[in-house]
This record gives sequence, C-alpha cells and structure tokens, in this order.
Amino acid sequence: MTSRPQPHPEEHPPEAVAPVRPPTGADGAPTGRERLRHAFRWRWSRGQAVAAVLLGVLGFAAVAQVNATDQDDVFQGARQADLIALINTLSLATDRAEAELTELRATRDSLRTDAEATRTALAVARQQAEQLGILSGTLPAVGPGIRITVEARPGTVGTDQLLNGLQELRNAGAEAVEINDAVRVVAQTGMSDDAEGGLVVDGVALAPPYVLDVIGDPGTLESALGFDSGFTDEVEQVGGGVSVEQLDQVEVGTTREPVPTEFSEPVDEE
Amino acid sequence: MIGVLGLLAGVLLGLFLRPDVPFWLEPYLPIAVVAALDAVFGALRAYLDGIFDDKVFVVSFVSNVLIAAVIVYLGDQLGVGGQLSTGVIVVLGIRIFSNVAAIRRHLFHA
Repeated sequence: MTSRPQPHPEEHPPEAVAPVRPPTGADGAPTGRERLRHAFRWRWSRGQAVAAVLLGVLGFAAVAQVNATDQDDVFQGARQADLIALINTLSLATDRAEAELTELRATRDSLRTDAEATRTALAVARQQAEQLGILSGTLPAVGPGIRITVEARPGTVGTDQLLNGLQELRNAGAEAVEINDAVRVVAQTGMSDDAEGGLVVDGVALAPPYVLDVIGDPGTLESALGFDSGFTDEVEQVGGGVSVEQLDQVEVGTTREPVPTEFSEPVDEE
Repeated sequence: MIGVLGLLAGVLLGLFLRPDVPFWLEPYLPIAVVAALDAVFGALRAYLDGIFDDKVFVVSFVSNVLIAAVIVYLGDQLGVGGQLSTGVIVVLGIRIFSNVAAIRRHLFHA
C-alpha cells in the first residue's frame, strides 16, 4: 500500500491542501505516480508557472555558483595560514626572479660593453694593420704624391744619389715609394750598383730611366728634392736630369712579403 | 512540465550568460541554492502527497533562501560563518534526504 508520510507541517500546512485537480486512481485516491504523470501533462496553471519561474531561478543560481566554484576552487577553503604561506612563497619567488633579472641585465650590459670594446679594438687594430702594411710595403697603396723621373746615362746615377734622394723623401714624409713599378722601397730595402751601370734594388735589376712613385704631400715632397745640393743638384752634377710631376693619384702597386723577425721579439707591455 | 522547462531555461541561461557572482553574494549563494533545492524537493513531495499549493511553495522557497542567507550572514558577523554554513548544509541535506525518501516511497512504493 502507498505509504503516506505526514506532510511538512511548517512548509505545507494541511489547510493548503492541493487546489490541483487530483486525478482519481483505481481506488478513487490518486497515487503518487498518477499525480506525477498528471503533472507532466501539458497544462497551463498558476502553480506550474510559479514553479517554472522559481526552478529557473534555482537553475540559474546553481550554474552561476558552479561556474564561480570552478574559477577559484584552488584557494576555496584554504585556511588563513595556508594563504599567508602561499603569499610568502610567491613574494619570495618574485624576489628571486627579480634578483635574477637584475643579474642577467648586468650580464647583458657588460657583454654589450665588451662587444663594443672588442669591435672598437678590432677597428683600431685593422686600421693599424693597414697603416703598418702600407709602411712596411705589404699592402698596395694609393694617394696623392709625386712621380719623379730620373733621366741618366747608365753608370752615372747610382746608389749614392738615389739613397740620398730616398732619405730626403722619407724625411719629407713619404709614406710609400716604388721604383719603376717593380720594387717597393721599405726600411729594409738594400741597394747596390751593378756592373752594367744599373741598380740592383732588393735583388731586382733596374736600368735608367728611373721612375719613382712616391705617396705623400706633393708640395713637401717636391721641395725636399729641390734645395741646394739636394737630389736634383746631385743628379744634374753627374749629367742626369730630374723631372717631378705632382699627381692627385699615385698608385703604388708593388708589394713585398713581410720579413719574419729572426732575432727580435716584441716586449710584452704589462 | 512547465516547471522542468523553467529549470532547463534557467540552466541554459546560466551557461550562456556565464554570470559572475558578485562578491558580496559569494558566501551566501551556495547555501541559498541548497535551501532552494530543499524547498523544491519539499514541494515535489507535497505534490505527490496531493497537498501542493503554489502559494506555500513560493513562500517556502523564498523564506528558505532568505533564512539560510541570514544565518550565514549572522555567522559571518559572529565569526563562526564557516561552521554555521556547515550546520545549515547538514540540516538542509537531512531534509532533502527525508523528502527524497518520501518521494521514493510514493513513486516506487519502496
């Protein structure tokens, strides 16, 4: 038999007995199933509408709450001490991260400075190497200068005159010197007369006329040759002729191999 | 039937709107939802008993929600909000269980 517990006295007082039309069961009294079946039939009544509204509110609130719980269930129900510990951990981690950041930034800055210094040093070194290369004759050079043509019969103009001339040119600031487009004149250049009245410069035999390409300040170089008993006078004394041409562009194309030092070593500056 | 549709509509509305629970409502909403559930199960039982009345349903629904919220609020003010919430949940849970038991007896005669 259907067990009928007493309805809630507070919630559903007996005097509020259903105004809904109870369908009659087989025994005249409606059973629970019949009532439920009845409720699911499509009818419009105030009771149904009110229930719908309230159930809608309930569903909405429940879903909202579920969403809210999903969002922050990590800290939900955490005790105060736990939260404080968590915050402390976080702030410690932040401190560590910041310290690391500062360190890395310093490293980056120093690396950047290093790189710049290296680049500058490299540029300076390269420039120096070029200058030294020009001075020591390992690099071809181009620049303003003069072209000296020495006309002479073989046997007249020789080592004496040319050595003096080169010395004067060097004093006047000649940076690169070349004879007859064949020999680069550098600090170690050796020069001697040969039997045919010509010259041997660094093992290369040369014959007059001698053409010297000199890079330097053209005016200074030319005046260095022209003073009393200078190069020009000396050549003319032995019956030769000197003509000097000032050029904007003198090419010194000959190079020589750098001579490795056999005895000298650079002194470490420390 | 309309009630089921209403519930469905409310759930769908909540899913689509994804409402943010206002901060001041946060401690009360879970309790209020449980209280409302209790009212709904009570109403279902009353319906199966044949004594359902929509007026009673509305009043019990609203008063359940309000009283639950007030109790939690009072607990918060007294510093025992957590414990009082647990107590309310336990009481409402017991009521829901007994209501569901009555409904079950109605529907399955067991």
